[in-house]
Amino acid sequence: MSGLELIDVSKSYGATRVLDGVSLSIAPREFIAFLGPSGSGKSTLLRIIAGLETLDSGEVHLGGQRIDGLAPGARGIAMVFQHYALYPHMTVRENMAFGLINAKVPKDEIASRIAQAADILEIGSQLDKKPGQMSGGQRQRVAIGRAIVKQPRLFLLDEPLSNLDAALRSRTRVELAQLRNRVDAALIMVTHDQAEAMTLADRIVVMNDRRIQQVGTPAEVYARPANAFVARFVGSPAMAMLAGRVISGESGRLRVRLAGGAELQTAVAAAGIAADAPVEVGLRPEHVTLAPPGSGGIAATVELVERLGDRTFIYTRLAEGSEVIACAPGFSEVRPGDEVLLAIDAAAAHVFSADGTAHHPEASA
Amino acid sequence: MNRARRDALVGYAFVGPFLLVYAAVLVVPLLMGIVISFNNADLFGRREWIGLANYAQALSDPVLRQAFFNTLTLTLLIVPPLTVIALLLALALNRNTRLAAVLRGVFFSSLVLSVTIVTLIWRFILTPDAGLVAVGLQAVGQPPIPFLSDPAYVIPALAVTTLWWSLGFPIMLFLAGLQQVPGDIYEAAALDGAGRWTVFRRITLPSIRRTLLLVVMLQTAAQLQIFGQAQLLTGGGPGGASRTIVLYIFEVSFGRWELGYATAIAELLFGMILLVTLLQYWFVTRQEGDRA
Repeated sequence: MSGLELIDVSKSYGATRVLDGVSLSIAPREFIAFLGPSGSGKSTLLRIIAGLETLDSGEVHLGGQRIDGLAPGARGIAMVFQHYALYPHMTVRENMAFGLINAKVPKDEIASRIAQAADILEIGSQLDKKPGQMSGGQRQRVAIGRAIVKQPRLFLLDEPLSNLDAALRSRTRVELAQLRNRVDAALIMVTHDQAEAMTLADRIVVMNDRRIQQVGTPAEVYARPANAFVARFVGSPAMAMLAGRVISGESGRLRVRLAGGAELQTAVAAAGIAADAPVEVGLRPEHVTLAPPGSGGIAATVELVERLGDRTFIYTRLAEGSEVIACAPGFSEVRPGDEVLLAIDAAAAHVFSADGTAHHPEASA
Repeated sequence: MNRARRDALVGYAFVGPFLLVYAAVLVVPLLMGIVISFNNADLFGRREWIGLANYAQALSDPVLRQAFFNTLTLTLLIVPPLTVIALLLALALNRNTRLAAVLRGVFFSSLVLSVTIVTLIWRFILTPDAGLVAVGLQAVGQPPIPFLSDPAYVIPALAVTTLWWSLGFPIMLFLAGLQQVPGDIYEAAALDGAGRWTVFRRITLPSIRRTLLLVVMLQTAAQLQIFGQAQLLTGGGPGGASRTIVLYIFEVSFGRWELGYATAIAELLFGMILLVTLLQYWFVTRQEGDRA
């Protein structure tokens, strides 16, 4: 049985296009994250799958059946809303039973499904409470429970962690990871938080500007971003981008001269990039370190220091104006205003053409 | 003077003027009314303590009994249909189209008319010689109906007039109530496969329960005091067939100058309205439990 299939889905509100030819294929038990900034179209796409929005063109298939013409309740989809959307006048039990009663599920079957879900989510003692009497975390469990009892083919989670405080957020993250092992369904989670996407999803769908920018595993999206947008959006702190020009291709690898004059010998294949072409060099913080004074590093001024305990992120600015983030192990003593030298692991650098296309370093032979 | 005391004084200074006026024009007259109802009193200040005699008279007054049943019938003919029609219209108008916005204004506009205008309009509609209804009936070959002079028609005619006049406010209350319902629970209901009727019965109606109670309570209290339409459209006639309690109070106090008796009836009406609205409140909130 096949999972979810989106074929060339487009959507406009009046003259504003919000989704432009989106196609995607999801396996039956896959956990997918739609990751993107506000306005990227990720929530609209989720709502189209749910049937809460209509699409202008394209098709949606689930389990081999075309569903884009079906009512939301007839699609075999359950959704956990961002603000939970529990029925305030119903008890927890009634909230969970509502969809099953509408689907004419037999009474004893409803009771056993609710008991099972309550057991999994540890809300057995709360079944006769109303949502207003519960904390945010408990309400979210009820919202998840309401989705589970429907035994859907596909779960949709709209920003499931955004309303929780930090402690509850990391716990719920673990619970969501466990949830996917318990249910026989695909999950799609919408988020703008890349840490959520990286830790939970099998594959991440990075969206921006009405389109899918990249679909890949968290490792692929991080290590081989498809373009400059993905490179900047995924990873925290963000990848630094340095303007430069291609000067020559030595042994088939790109050599780039940065705006400040320093030259980097990358491990990116030179094929297809003309000499003297303007490019951007992308550097993740872990590939930039502080060089000892007197060594041949690039001079920079420290602007901000983030000490996380096990490592320190050092936000620096080069003389020509670009920002580069370096990473130092442990608790670095540098302070804002210090002049430092940066050692760049050029072999790990990514190169982006003027149109944003990414070129990744090749494994050294 | 410490800070808490000063704050308290400032607070009293703000509510003081209002409390003064409220006491002078509402609380004191209310209490005076109770006192007067135990007196044989006229409009010129003559008072003679007669205990419960006014109340005893009220209980055996056939005119009051007729007015009581007229008022009750009117309330029953007005409040349930008014509530249902206003709710249906509010549901229909609860959308963001230009037409809905215009119609909201139209339905609300009847509310700003004074009772004088309303009764004039309805006199034009109901009058048997050339009224709108009479013209319509004649067109289909029926004789005109003397709505305002036939005891069988006068109460329904008053009810329809009041319905037309009173729709705007409950519609506004219902619209406000409907707009309080978060949109995502309707989306959740759609994903839960709820049909239109289920959504109305299980989602919308429980969500606007409080508004519903408010509308019924306000309208019941208002219609039990129905006065202007009856006085202006029919004068209570024919033969007292449309005399309401408040109209009777008006006649007794300003026509017969029996102020003591009039206030006794007014106190009885006050007690009745209080009882009815408390009963409604109890009925709606009793199974509600502790909801957030």
